[in-house]
Amino acid sequence: MRLSRKERICLGIESTADDFGVGIVTLSGIVLANVSSSYLPEAGGIHPREGARHHAEVADQVLAQALEKANIKPKDLSTIAFAQGPGLGPCLRTGATVARALASYLEIPLVGINHSVGHIEIGKLTTGASDPLTLYVSGGNTMVTAYAAGRYRVFGETLDIALGNCLDVFARQAGFKPQKGIPLGAAVEQFAAKGKALVPLPYIVKGMDLSLSGLLTSAVTALKKGKFSLEDICYSLQENAFSMVTEVTERALAHTEKREVLLTGGVAANKRLQTMLTIVAGEHDAKFNVVPREFATDNGAMIAWTGLLAYTSGLVTPIEESFVKVRWRVDKVDVPWVKLS
Amino acid sequence: MNIILKKGAEASLYLANWHDKKVVIKQRLPKAYRPPQLDQTIRRYRTVHEPQLMHEAKQAGVPTPAIFMIDVENSTIIMEYVEGQQLKAVLDTINAEDRAKLCRKIGSEVAKLHMHGIVHGDLTTSNMILNDQGILFFVDFGLGEKTKELEAQGVDLHLLKRALESTHFTHADECFAAVLKGYADVVGANSEAAVCEKIIEIEKRGRYVAERQTGA
Repeated sequence: MRLSRKERICLGIESTADDFGVGIVTLSGIVLANVSSSYLPEAGGIHPREGARHHAEVADQVLAQALEKANIKPKDLSTIAFAQGPGLGPCLRTGATVARALASYLEIPLVGINHSVGHIEIGKLTTGASDPLTLYVSGGNTMVTAYAAGRYRVFGETLDIALGNCLDVFARQAGFKPQKGIPLGAAVEQFAAKGKALVPLPYIVKGMDLSLSGLLTSAVTALKKGKFSLEDICYSLQENAFSMVTEVTERALAHTEKREVLLTGGVAANKRLQTMLTIVAGEHDAKFNVVPREFATDNGAMIAWTGLLAYTSGLVTPIEESFVKVRWRVDKVDVPWVKLS
Repeated sequence: MNIILKKGAEASLYLANWHDKKVVIKQRLPKAYRPPQLDQTIRRYRTVHEPQLMHEAKQAGVPTPAIFMIDVENSTIIMEYVEGQQLKAVLDTINAEDRAKLCRKIGSEVAKLHMHGIVHGDLTTSNMILNDQGILFFVDFGLGEKTKELEAQGVDLHLLKRALESTHFTHADECFAAVLKGYADVVGANSEAAVCEKIIEIEKRGRYVAERQTGA
């Protein structure tokens, strides 16, 4: 692909959790490269220190691959963006260090991006949605947001654990082993598709918020009792959890009266969840959008794209202010580039 | 002639004439996204509990629409139509003094519910109606619970705070401060302090809360 030399190109680094990703995106929204490497724990969940070690080990290869794939030289870059938070401290710091080094060496601006904003913006870019009610569900986040007066406001969220976390922990308890390219949640989805009987599990919706920790505990307890088949428990866990997030999404949709629904984040790849949200969006005459799989999980392209939006709105992050923000809420971030007609 | 008032998230509200009374028919329609068995359990439960809680709210001294009929099989409740405005539409249009007064009123009404062992479960400004005489009605008790637990009361107020932040963001802080003042008027300063402490604890359990202690 030939690029006009003038076009602004941003390289974005994502390292909030188990993925180290590098994306390269142009100002016109073309994704030139989106490369990532995932840390696979041998047992248990993500150990932040081990995740950070993985990121440090693969950073140079992932960077080189991304530049090669985009067919550009480092000097063609005009902006460096990085996920500044929220996420796991050690993992975030590794990405931030790489980003600072690149920006300083190339003498180009650095932009710190909120990871959650990145998921929303890449969803908008890849689906064409302009002002959606967004359900963002991943291993670390479960929230319903929509734009109002300069920020993405949080209408509903989990009061405890995230949806992806709930599915992952259950999967590990059930003995599923993580494999390259197959998230644990996908294994639950496969078993759930074969389930038929609904096992009674808690259904906890509090206004537009929800709670998943009790559901997880009950599902694990049901598993240990051995009275129900694994397929039926997977099915029931998914049906309860997804019905809960769909109900709060519908509540927020009725409340905000938005005309578009956007599903984003790692759990967005789940077909059953997509089906439920398609039904709800249809009932409220809203258009349903789901982010493509490549951009559903954590990725560098979403950081690069949001970096361009931020930079062209005049936002830069001086090196001395580029410390990571482990608990950076999405509704604390100004998004001046969002202009609604 | 039934006129649709609102197609809400879980129920459709119709304005109707019933025995010469202006009534609201609230019908919880089946949700196609949920498995029928789960859907029926949820709708039945909420149809039975909502009128019970509304009745108890009146005993606590909190105005709610009168219930005329319940049809569990069809998940339908027929209740009084309250002439007035949703608080959502009112709160940002009045002056600061009136807003503070109104929020203080919200706080004291919520406190009355809590003292009586009721949590509303969905305290938003869409679920409060200010009638033409300035009386504040609470509606939509579908997610409510009979409990005196501090935890449930804390979540109830936390949800209200969050609703103010997302929908009335320009005045959220002053509004919630006034709500707590009204709450303290009824339950006393000590109980108000206890519930405030609980709210902070609940918030710290959430994802990405700046105030949360960092263990790592």
